[in-house]
Amino acid sequence: MAITTRQFDAVVVGAGGSGLRAALQLAEANLRVAVLSKVFPTRSHTVAAQGGVSASLGNEEPDNWHWHMYDTVKGSDYLGDQDAIEFMCRKANEAVIELEHFGMPFDRLDNGKIYQRPFGGHTSNYGERAVKRACAAADRTGHAMLHTLYQRNVRAKTQFFVEWMALDLVRNQAGDVLGVVAMEMETGEVAILHAKATLLATGGAGRIYSASTNAFINTGDGLGMAARAGIPLEDMEFWQFHPTGVAGAGVLITEGVRGEGGFLLNKNGERFMERYAPTVKDLASRDVVARAMATEIKEGRGAGKDADHILLKLDHLGADVIDKRLPGIREIAKKFANVDPAKDPIPVVPTCHYQMGGIPTNMHGQVLAGHSGNAIVKGLYAAGECACVSVHGANRLGTNSLLDLLVFGKASGEQVVKDLRADAIAHQDLPKDAADRALARLARLDSAKSGESVHEVGAELRRTMQLHCGVFRFPDSLAEGVRKINEVAERAGRLYFKDKSKVFNTARVEALELENLVEVAVSTMVSAHARQESRGAHDRSDFPNRDDANWMKHTFWYKEGNRLEYRPVNLKPLTVESFEPKARVY
Amino acid sequence: MGDLDRIRWQCRRGMLELDLVLNRFVEAELEGLSPEQLGVFRAFLAENDTLLLAWVMGQEEPPAQYTGLVRQLQQR
Repeated sequence: MAITTRQFDAVVVGAGGSGLRAALQLAEANLRVAVLSKVFPTRSHTVAAQGGVSASLGNEEPDNWHWHMYDTVKGSDYLGDQDAIEFMCRKANEAVIELEHFGMPFDRLDNGKIYQRPFGGHTSNYGERAVKRACAAADRTGHAMLHTLYQRNVRAKTQFFVEWMALDLVRNQAGDVLGVVAMEMETGEVAILHAKATLLATGGAGRIYSASTNAFINTGDGLGMAARAGIPLEDMEFWQFHPTGVAGAGVLITEGVRGEGGFLLNKNGERFMERYAPTVKDLASRDVVARAMATEIKEGRGAGKDADHILLKLDHLGADVIDKRLPGIREIAKKFANVDPAKDPIPVVPTCHYQMGGIPTNMHGQVLAGHSGNAIVKGLYAAGECACVSVHGANRLGTNSLLDLLVFGKASGEQVVKDLRADAIAHQDLPKDAADRALARLARLDSAKSGESVHEVGAELRRTMQLHCGVFRFPDSLAEGVRKINEVAERAGRLYFKDKSKVFNTARVEALELENLVEVAVSTMVSAHARQESRGAHDRSDFPNRDDANWMKHTFWYKEGNRLEYRPVNLKPLTVESFEPKARVY
Repeated sequence: MGDLDRIRWQCRRGMLELDLVLNRFVEAELEGLSPEQLGVFRAFLAENDTLLLAWVMGQEEPPAQYTGLVRQLQQR
């Protein structure tokens, strides 16, 4: 089958914050850039980021990047690479100021400088006290950032391919990446986008969990493409969870509810936090609360017919207090949990929020070819949540995600410009089999006359991840999880949908997305099962402590053979002294 | 058919809350909408996510042309 080929200097897959920031760098260097996105760029998931972006501007009180770096290294539970962390924290001020010059409407102080507020985990003087480091545009920081970057790209004549889905990477015999095979949803047409540089910026894949705050589009398409092309995935066992998302929906219930006097109950109506944290009870830190909730569910004391959630009671506060102190909560609960919290408790469950692992890159966004050495995959770059630089290590600090996508979006864009200029390269010839993998996937789906339901296999995948690889992990359950997720992967090889039409066929898109989620889920489960320690977001009942002697290393998962390898953490910053591992106490 | 399928896809948004509300509505009501209602829904989907969220969650009053639609969305 002949398929259309289009040539560009660079192709960027994904139009969230990192993709747009990278594309801008490329377009402003007068490269011909194509940006692919499944949805209109300003509807990317970056729009949901509320908190802010961190930078040690020191507009409110003294601050500097050394302190920010310390906080980030400590927050990562010493799994973050200190060279990359230094790079990010040093670049933060420039990244924020540059964005302001692009027109980002940051909140301001009376003196005209950017307003900054405190945020969890950010301190001055190496952990001494909270510092005001987060820059925000009201509670719409992500939204403002996306719009600012999108407008700027339009001005720079970036070419957008909206409602296009990338299916697979094109790799030649030498292992170089020469672009992507992609599908236009409006027509179902498949094309090769032939490029000298391909940059993955596809965001996180939080949809592998049944309880997830992530939008439906967050299906790890870049990770799936990388895995199928033989590229490893790094540190996939590390996912950040929030203790209270609405069970079955994922929408967050603010921690303020417990702050105002709401508390958690198991199915027996017991206020169980009294057992886990006798003094502070329901106001214990996030990880303690989430772990207690997971333990109650695991031991059969969850509420509901499937004993799979916890109840958050706040009716005793009274409707007036709820309306006054917790505006919006009743609306959220009514809409997404079908309960009025002034009368009944809200069903909640620990809910996945952010992916720390991803496609391994160096701090210039170049994708690493493997776990040992610094060899890169020529022509391939990644940035943002789909990439693992690694600056977040085992646990991300709030506001560092928006910083990550600005700094590494730009850095990867700069690297592409440099690489294309230095080599003054022409396009390499496409291999004959360039589109074969993607076409074979489509052909199988389109010719299948029976098989597994996308909906059912997807639900089983999410259930398996939630039950066996959630916020608190148990050894027997992980072992069972590995067996079950491999079974899900096998079923996903036989996906079937009835409607074979070409135009905006959501069933076909969802099948392709599920194939990507499978790679993410399998890598997560296998990596988590193998890591015999607790570090950051990876919390195991049988290995409750961090084990620096054996496990201060990055996991590299390879699809081929479901194999794991490891790579030492880079403890050596660029210019400053190393931060030696200490217990992470706040 | 193609047009409804396009609308279905455009209910994929950047925020989970909108995915949930819009998809519930679409599953139950899309095929029963009149041509005029479809036109309004199409225009609505072209608005920003943050506006859609504020309207649907009742934090801001939607423009008059969306009042009926937003009420329908809120009932789902």
